[in-house]
Amino acid sequence: MTDLILTARMTAHPADSHMIDRFVATGGYSALRKALTELTPEEVKDEVKASNMRGRGGAGFPTGVKWGFLAASEPRYLVVNGDESEPGTFNDRQLMERDPHQLVEGIAISSYALGIGHAFVYIRGEYPRSARRVQRAIEEAYAAGYLGDGILGTDFSLDVTVHLGGGAYICGEETALLNSLEGRRGEPRLKPPFPAVEGLYAKPTIVNNVESISNVPWIVNNSGTSYAAIGPERSAGTKMLSISGHINKPGNHEIIMGMTWRDMIYDLGGGIPDDRALKTWIPGGASAPWFVPEEHLDTILSIDDVAANGSMIGAGAVVVMDETTNVVAAAHRIVRFFAHESCGQCTPCREGTRWLEDVLKRILDGRGRPEDIDLLLDISDNISPGLSWPPAMTTICPLGPSAVSPVTSITRWFLPEIEAMIAGGGDSDG
Amino acid sequence: MADADQVTITINGIDHVVAAGQLLITAAENIGEIIPRFCHHDKLEPVAKCRMCLVEVEGPRGKALVPSCTMPVSNGMVVDTKSAVVTKAHEGVLEFLLINHPLDCPICDKGGECPLQDQAYAHGPGESRFVEEKRTYLKPLPVSDLVLLDRERCVLCDRCVRVADDIAGDPLLVFTERGNAVQIQTFPDEPFASYFSGNTVQLCPVGALTSVDYRFKARPWDLHHVTSVSLVDTVQSTVDVQTSRGKIVRVYGVENDAVNEGWLSDKDRFVFPAIHADTRVVQPLVRNGERFDKATWGEALEIVASRLGSCKGAEVAAIGGAHNTNEDAFALGKFMRSVIGSAHIDAQIGDGLDARLAAAVTSRARLGDLDAASTILVWGPDLKEVLPVLYLRVRKATRNGATLVVVSPVATGLDSVADHVVRYRAGTGSELLRKLGAGDGDLVGARSALREGPVVALVGRTSLAEDPNLAESIAAFALSLPEAKILPLLERGNVFGALDMGLAPGLLPGRVSVDSQEGVDAIEDAWGPLPDHEGLDAMSILADLVEGDMSALVMVGSDPVSDCPDPQLARAAIEAADFVVAIDAFITDSSVLADVILPAAVWGEVDGTVTNLEGRVQRIRPSLLPAGQSRALHGLLDDIASQMGADLGTSDLAMISKEIASVAPSYAGITIDYLTFAGDPDGVVVPIEDAQQPLVYTPVDRPVPVVTGEFTLHLAASLYDAGVWLSNAAALGDLARSAYVRLHPSDAARRAITPGETIVVSGSHQLPVALDDTVSRGTLVVPHNLEETKGFVATPTVTVDTVRGEE
Repeated sequence: MTDLILTARMTAHPADSHMIDRFVATGGYSALRKALTELTPEEVKDEVKASNMRGRGGAGFPTGVKWGFLAASEPRYLVVNGDESEPGTFNDRQLMERDPHQLVEGIAISSYALGIGHAFVYIRGEYPRSARRVQRAIEEAYAAGYLGDGILGTDFSLDVTVHLGGGAYICGEETALLNSLEGRRGEPRLKPPFPAVEGLYAKPTIVNNVESISNVPWIVNNSGTSYAAIGPERSAGTKMLSISGHINKPGNHEIIMGMTWRDMIYDLGGGIPDDRALKTWIPGGASAPWFVPEEHLDTILSIDDVAANGSMIGAGAVVVMDETTNVVAAAHRIVRFFAHESCGQCTPCREGTRWLEDVLKRILDGRGRPEDIDLLLDISDNISPGLSWPPAMTTICPLGPSAVSPVTSITRWFLPEIEAMIAGGGDSDG
Repeated sequence: MADADQVTITINGIDHVVAAGQLLITAAENIGEIIPRFCHHDKLEPVAKCRMCLVEVEGPRGKALVPSCTMPVSNGMVVDTKSAVVTKAHEGVLEFLLINHPLDCPICDKGGECPLQDQAYAHGPGESRFVEEKRTYLKPLPVSDLVLLDRERCVLCDRCVRVADDIAGDPLLVFTERGNAVQIQTFPDEPFASYFSGNTVQLCPVGALTSVDYRFKARPWDLHHVTSVSLVDTVQSTVDVQTSRGKIVRVYGVENDAVNEGWLSDKDRFVFPAIHADTRVVQPLVRNGERFDKATWGEALEIVASRLGSCKGAEVAAIGGAHNTNEDAFALGKFMRSVIGSAHIDAQIGDGLDARLAAAVTSRARLGDLDAASTILVWGPDLKEVLPVLYLRVRKATRNGATLVVVSPVATGLDSVADHVVRYRAGTGSELLRKLGAGDGDLVGARSALREGPVVALVGRTSLAEDPNLAESIAAFALSLPEAKILPLLERGNVFGALDMGLAPGLLPGRVSVDSQEGVDAIEDAWGPLPDHEGLDAMSILADLVEGDMSALVMVGSDPVSDCPDPQLARAAIEAADFVVAIDAFITDSSVLADVILPAAVWGEVDGTVTNLEGRVQRIRPSLLPAGQSRALHGLLDDIASQMGADLGTSDLAMISKEIASVAPSYAGITIDYLTFAGDPDGVVVPIEDAQQPLVYTPVDRPVPVVTGEFTLHLAASLYDAGVWLSNAAALGDLARSAYVRLHPSDAARRAITPGETIVVSGSHQLPVALDDTVSRGTLVVPHNLEETKGFVATPTVTVDTVRGEE
């Protein structure tokens, strides 16, 4: 492993990595100073583009390319997406709680590069500690002259505002987030127009994930090409993984992609408790199709390899399930989550996710019918036609297709188990 | 091949050249490929929520499903609306919409005309696979006094919310909850109190929103439809009048884009029950001391003919005709001028404008001009209250980028979308007009906006208390603005048609001045000699009746005691007259004082043509026979004339229509047949093609004194007043507002008046006070024609006394 990028400080100084003194003492805000005093905004943008960093929020779109779409009109905004809500993800939380100044510095550098005078950090409402720490870091940064008017004696000025979400998963979708920030219902917008052209308050807006922005200071200090050199091509840099479930060492791990899933689960994760057998795992959060050992254990953990195998790394949530898992119950639990979090504007998602939930529940309760398996798949097909990956959609945003992933996963890998459950009268204690 | 404004698209393998800039769903529809839809509506911004209109469009990454309601057509676009994928998507969405739908079609008002039902037949899967429990809600939920909501039937298409928010500007319907529990709701304790609520019922693609009036009244396949025109105000919205078993049960807006674009006010939509009210006068009534006796038509006509015949022509006057058809109005004018021999005839009741300005102003605007206006000036009544559909049109213009300048002594409905709101103390408009012309002080912005043409000026009287000459001065100023057009504002149903038919002391039929010898000669050729005296307007008529200079009055659907600026004068005049005949459908504050009441056919029963505020003539068609023994005006006038030994020649509608087309120059060529068969279905603006308009009136700046005094009066009109039609319309009858007098807090403080306190206004009316900082200082706002303000005299200034007892 090379030097860690995002978690180096918190690993070395667990007690006070979130305080400004420690941050500055460990090289913090030097990248901001470098950017503001030595680099033009264009040069900063070039570095980020050269880093080949792909957005860490889940879609994996190159951050530097996204920045290139920002329309020229003023004002424009940077919105940092800290609404980390994907079940199984908790790495942004660690970055916000343990190294909030790294994020603030990234925000300041990014805003300088993009010609932005006001940035917003949207943090999910269930993360009060993250919000407190980011807010405090912002206040410390203002006091120390890293934010506010005339930063570090230059003519660059920036205000940063923290906003707490109200508890809706969908507000992690960038346009629903913008609606929420504006005080509207958290519903994804029609695209186009994309936020880079018409975003917050109908002004050009860049929405980036916490992890993406937190990488920016390192890129400025060490150059984009240095970042691009880490890890496999097209999966450059490090990636925060949140590992949970039936695993001996759950928690966040900053990794360099390129290892196999076997390495990840059995070395990094320490294997399965009591040496039980691995049954399945979700490689990238509740929205992602599941992997199984017989097919995927020796495939490579990278953005493109996971995609080639029909799933995604997403925001980096790995959920491990061992042989004791009732997969129908697991799928039901995930589908129930998406049905509950559907914003309700598109018919297929509003009606279909709930229908899937009801059918799965019926199977668990022992009232399943043999035809329910086809029914589940056809309902899924009407939400995500073709049941392919990446998913086609009959909906505005991918939340509906996300609810389809667990259904297609269990019908693909565990069909006999479902059939047995239907024949055997359910298993509601799963 | 294709022009710059056209593109070629391929739909289902066939190339089509279509207009650029339109949405795919519309382009497809125009060439006969109907793509199913629920949330899409031509007049609303797309939201793509229902997902019913998905089609496959070829893109760089192959075919993809896209909602055709948000996709603009582009050159070379290849579209499949019938592929297996598309068909499956349509079936899938429909199944999703139906799984929680109650399927109570047999008892649903929408059953039989329901897009969900129709599209389930056309695109649905046929059988349900849903064995789970359906979603249930408490129902129906009254979202307002007029509209009920059934949340189980709702498909959450967002149409009602968009109509309320975007079109009407009343953001009172909202989505609450999320996911499967999303529902339409109102805010707590805030009903959907909108003047436009009925449009949501009409646009609802399912039976989720129903109107209190229509609920469970009829089945769509039993309805008889007649396209007609609303006479509630001078916009004259095109309507679809629907009857069942001899009664009007529903009125829908027709998408006449030249006029109302499909929208109606709730008054247009819900006033019809008054026609069927059992309070209607349906038989001739003859006074017998303090009461009326029923009479036969023969008895009543004989009395009227002999009493009117015993007067000299100049002793008889007629007030009214503004709610009648053009043909009836024409008959009334001809009756007065050629049979009675009187020029004293006025369709306005001292509540309007100079008839020449209203009927024949130069550079008269059309409603469609608002769509292209750069700047719109509104200086007149509160459009939301008196011409609500025009209010919608102005709102639309502002959404499309027009700059709006609103001038009024008090806040108006349009203020929220206005770029410049200018206030002045009631009675000081002439002073303000000078300042606005000069662009002084804080009027710089408004003045410079008015330098951006084309300008459309909507000009009328802000209140009955305002000098009518002010409006003419405003019009004269507006004419000086770049590419200016003027739309004079009057309110009463067909008042513009009545003026065009000569129901004004200074006008002859077809926008001809009585001062024009040529015009007089022409009409005398047809009718014989005209009266040689000068005609008087309504207020002078009333004064002359009181003075005894006149002796008889014909009131035609008019209620001067309620509607004229001086109700006390009107009452005294009617009481002083030797003989008064009211041709009316109701006992009103005025007709109750008459000697004879002749029952008149009303809207819904009458046939002919009407003319709106832009001069557009449309067909008004009957849905019903006149109630009881009621008769159309033209026929009964013909009978009175016969009794008096004259041949009025108005017994037959087609005959009148031909006579109008020949003697009313601006209406040359406009017959009922022309409008029915040859004219534009949207109606035609007169004069057409080769026809001439003899009188073209250029407004002049008239001296208007500035009113001084402690309180000047603004008499505020409201959509729901105590008018006889509203009080007889079941659902609307209860909506009249309570009568608060409004004044600025600083005026109240000076007089130590507290909110809620009762004050005496002008020594005649005790009314409760509300404070309102949108009222200009020194102005007292009194609501017009509510139960509590009946009889209130519109004087320029008013006095205010407190009633705190003897302290």
